[in-house]
Amino acid sequence: MAHSDEKSQSGGKGSAVSRRRFLSDVARTACGVGLLGMGIGLYSRQAVSLPALALRPPGALPEKDFLSACTRCGLCVRDCPYDILKLAELGEEVALGTPYFTARKAGCEMCEDIPCVPVCPTGALDHDLTDINESRMGLAVLSDQETCVAFLGLRCEVCYNICPVRGKAITIERKHNIRSGKHALFIPVVHSDSCTGCGKCEEACITDKASIKIFPTELAKGKLGEHYRVGWEEKARAGESLVTPDQEHIYNLPEGQSYDHGGEGLIMEESQDSPFSSNPLDTLNRGF
Amino acid sequence: MKLTRRDFVKSNAIAATASVAGITIPGIKDAIAADDGIRWDKAACRYCGTGCSVLIGTKGDRVVASQGDPDAPVNKGLNCIKGYFLPKILYGKDRLTKPLLRKTNGKYDKNGKFVEVSWDEAFKTMAEKWVEARKKGPKGIGMFGSGQWTVWEGYAAQKLLKAGFRSNSLEPNARHCMASAVGAFMRGFGIDEPMGCYDDLEHADVFVLWGANMAEMHPILWSRLTDTRLTKKGCEVHVLSTYEHRCFELSDNSMVFEPQTDLAIANYIANYIIENKAYDKSFLDKHVNFNQTTTDIGYGLRDSHPAQKAAKNPNVGKFNKISFDEYAKSVAPYTLEKASKMSKVPKKALLKLAKAYADPKKKVTSFWTMGMNQHTRGVWMNGLVYNIHLLMGKISEPGNSPFSLTGQPSACGTAREVGTFTHRLPADLVVAKDAHCNFAEKVWKLPQGTIPRANGKSNKVDQTDISGKPMGKTLIHAVAMHRALKDEKMNTFWVMCNNNMQAAANMNEESLPGWRSSKNFITVSDPYPTVSAQAADLILPTAMWIEKEGAYGNAERRTQFWRQQTNAPGEAKSDLWQVMEFAKYVKVEDVWPTDLIAKAPEYKGKTLYEVLYTNGQIDKFPKEQVTDDRGNTYNNDEMEDFGYYVQKGLFEEYRMFNSAAGVPKKGHEMAEFGAYHKARGMRWPVIDGKETLWRFREGYDAHVPKGAGVKFYGKPDGKAAIISAPYEPAAESPDKEFDMWLCTGRVLEHWHSGSMTRRVPELYRAVPDALVYMHPKDAKKRRLRDGSKVKVVSRRGEIVSRVSTRGRNKPPQGLVFVPWFDAGRLINKVTLDATDPLSKETDYKKCAVKIVKA
Repeated sequence: MAHSDEKSQSGGKGSAVSRRRFLSDVARTACGVGLLGMGIGLYSRQAVSLPALALRPPGALPEKDFLSACTRCGLCVRDCPYDILKLAELGEEVALGTPYFTARKAGCEMCEDIPCVPVCPTGALDHDLTDINESRMGLAVLSDQETCVAFLGLRCEVCYNICPVRGKAITIERKHNIRSGKHALFIPVVHSDSCTGCGKCEEACITDKASIKIFPTELAKGKLGEHYRVGWEEKARAGESLVTPDQEHIYNLPEGQSYDHGGEGLIMEESQDSPFSSNPLDTLNRGF
Repeated sequence: MKLTRRDFVKSNAIAATASVAGITIPGIKDAIAADDGIRWDKAACRYCGTGCSVLIGTKGDRVVASQGDPDAPVNKGLNCIKGYFLPKILYGKDRLTKPLLRKTNGKYDKNGKFVEVSWDEAFKTMAEKWVEARKKGPKGIGMFGSGQWTVWEGYAAQKLLKAGFRSNSLEPNARHCMASAVGAFMRGFGIDEPMGCYDDLEHADVFVLWGANMAEMHPILWSRLTDTRLTKKGCEVHVLSTYEHRCFELSDNSMVFEPQTDLAIANYIANYIIENKAYDKSFLDKHVNFNQTTTDIGYGLRDSHPAQKAAKNPNVGKFNKISFDEYAKSVAPYTLEKASKMSKVPKKALLKLAKAYADPKKKVTSFWTMGMNQHTRGVWMNGLVYNIHLLMGKISEPGNSPFSLTGQPSACGTAREVGTFTHRLPADLVVAKDAHCNFAEKVWKLPQGTIPRANGKSNKVDQTDISGKPMGKTLIHAVAMHRALKDEKMNTFWVMCNNNMQAAANMNEESLPGWRSSKNFITVSDPYPTVSAQAADLILPTAMWIEKEGAYGNAERRTQFWRQQTNAPGEAKSDLWQVMEFAKYVKVEDVWPTDLIAKAPEYKGKTLYEVLYTNGQIDKFPKEQVTDDRGNTYNNDEMEDFGYYVQKGLFEEYRMFNSAAGVPKKGHEMAEFGAYHKARGMRWPVIDGKETLWRFREGYDAHVPKGAGVKFYGKPDGKAAIISAPYEPAAESPDKEFDMWLCTGRVLEHWHSGSMTRRVPELYRAVPDALVYMHPKDAKKRRLRDGSKVKVVSRRGEIVSRVSTRGRNKPPQGLVFVPWFDAGRLINKVTLDATDPLSKETDYKKCAVKIVKA
């Protein structure tokens, strides 16, 4: 994968920042060599590296394949109705002449007819992509819970509201705000099975630096231990318990109490001996 | 002058993209260093009626930081995303800093270009026009104020218009917003504003939303409601709306109903309660009487409109006493079948809702805002929900609360409590009653008969006008003002602290022609070049929010004060200063007839300023240094300019209406001025320093005598009125050509017309444009898809925008929703100016449109 290649290039430091610094150092050195030298130096470096914050158009092949398939013709950029896409210019970190967009500047509008894809003459943008919701330009990551104001309890939800895959790619999880005691937190949660990486959330995030960002999926996504299954999901998928469910339990309980084994546990009935209030006047005055 | 859409788009794009120097978040180290020397003080949030408190951080006469106030009971340190950006609304690059008058060759010209002028020239020009227009009669002039005015700004304007100019042509934009709620409070309880408070949010078992999108419009209240739903066992949320919105995400019972059929649903619930004998008979016997309202009352349109002509009893609000049995009979036709058929809501859902109300063990709080108020039967509809609560006795106690929310920060505090409506005076007094006017005149030290009575007769004698003719009828409501301007019957209009050209319905046919008529002179006071300012003749630059000392009253009767935190830019002045300073340019002789002056010879030759404001009461409190209890000092520009503590004087005189012994209407008591600067707001009535959480209930409300249990003391007999009202159709429904309902409203990120929030780059970026929310099938039928450019067309006008089929609002087939914040897409060119004939509030939620490809 392109991203693992980058790591090794940047001297094993691994972080995007150090890689960037490395590239600019290269550029500075190249200056001294001369114009032609600089051009070649940059080009050869860029050809294999895509900065984490540069996103390819929908349907783009994996970076390595994309770079060899893309002819830098610019037709996808021309046909983007919202002028989101641009071609990398000399001096940028993206391979010269290849199309990309920066989510913070403007995310992909996710046109239903995906005009940028069919015009691609080489299939660098995969023509099999006909449903924009199937595209995977990257993955939104709520990268800073300390600055995301939703985690502070503020009512923001701008990312959720602007998300074009509404209610699927980002959902809101409501939680009790322990600090205030009487408000709820409205926490945005990204779902990788629906997020297209369009970047609208990063574009719209209201903090000075975006607290939600689009990262390359490979960089963003974790992986659960191969051995482990999520019990309740397996059960839901099977439609029944994988192992014969628990038998019925019987408990010693005082009068008026019951026990819901699979559910809420001990149930203490409110004293409800009769449908009448203890004050007879309530019943008398209630009428017919 | 013709304002094209492109002009609007262009000017707003420039305004919005202008970067704003506000708060920045430096590294932690820098932040701590930068925090040195910040002065923190409290203020009420500038936006909605929730009334969150914020702390304002000022350094070097600039707001450099802000935070939610952790000690405020309403929000406990939280804000919504608009509140997060509060400091930035002050520092838009296009703040107005000088008065601007349309001129050609150095002289005022209706079609001239805006030129900077001095305040003196501005007021001289204005005074000349106003005195001239006033000669026509009390409706020759008009002022359109705001539920965003501070309490004393509303009070000063109230005096200027009603006592100074002797005109009842004063209205607040709150007429567009909660007049229907007021109408129902007065009819049902004889006293305005909710009986409950926000503590109901923690005490209710069931929440019912009737036409309120609290998730977006009252974000912090919604987070409280949500928390109760999450943490309280058995808590359920019922949501009624004409389209699916964000509240549905939490809903346990979602009901999308056919527009206008909320009337049928509410009547069905009452019928269910009666049929099942679930009502509280003892409560009804002791505390309630039954009434039938007059029906077929028209749609508040011009008299010439066919829908108005067809009505049998246009504008009649009379209701007559009936028996319980007659009431039961009046709701009997609203069976489950009928309600379900009319509303298109499944029977199961309606039954679930009815059962929640009818269960004596469940505490129910009903919330509503514009869905119910902006309704041609808004007063009726408000009343129908009170009927349900009264039938069950579920009222005036923790968790049992019919709760009308407000959309503006001081719709309650200023528009309603100060009474800046054509028909009102402070503390629920009205100009239709001689006794009330006489009382106000006494407080204001004015001769009897100064204030124009509704019918122009003071103690049965015709009031003489400046023209020498009888005063005649004097009331004129907000929508009628725009009609009068168009008809050139009203010739001067002063719009303050709101954006009525963008807000009023039917802009093309009613608003703009009147404003741009050569006979009329329009003044707009605004901090920014809004759509209204663009359509004005004179623009007065305004000091906003914390650039002046202020007071707001929120939806739970909480009055909150703040001190002036910074100075306004340039020559911008507060609305209070503008109102009082303008009064210096008009003499009593200009607007009062000789027989009235003869009754008060001491006022001869005086200016309105002297008569109204230096009356020994308002100028009673000498100049002082404003400080807080930590020793910080604050400016007070009005005190500096007028030479006395203006805000204190105005508030203390205002208190004579609500707190003095022997006021005509009890139950509005407030604490003295100084107390509010110390507290995080107080909920009135405040009696001996004690606040009131739930009104009309013994133990909670000091006005309810021991042993009474409950007393609706706003009514002479102490009983609330259940008022039966039927379903009647909307003013304009979809037909073959205009085949869709149009509903308008707001979004979380922008407040009202967007004049403040669209100048915050982050909020602008979050929601740049108003979209046309539409059902995907409706879009497909018209060969449209998400993002398609479309025209929204009505009989009155059209706008161009883009379709959203996957956005936050999901309308049913046959309805589109368009927000109104966007000055680039003025949806009020499309809406209909039909109003509730009783409250005169516009129905912004229902008219017929078609959607075509643009």
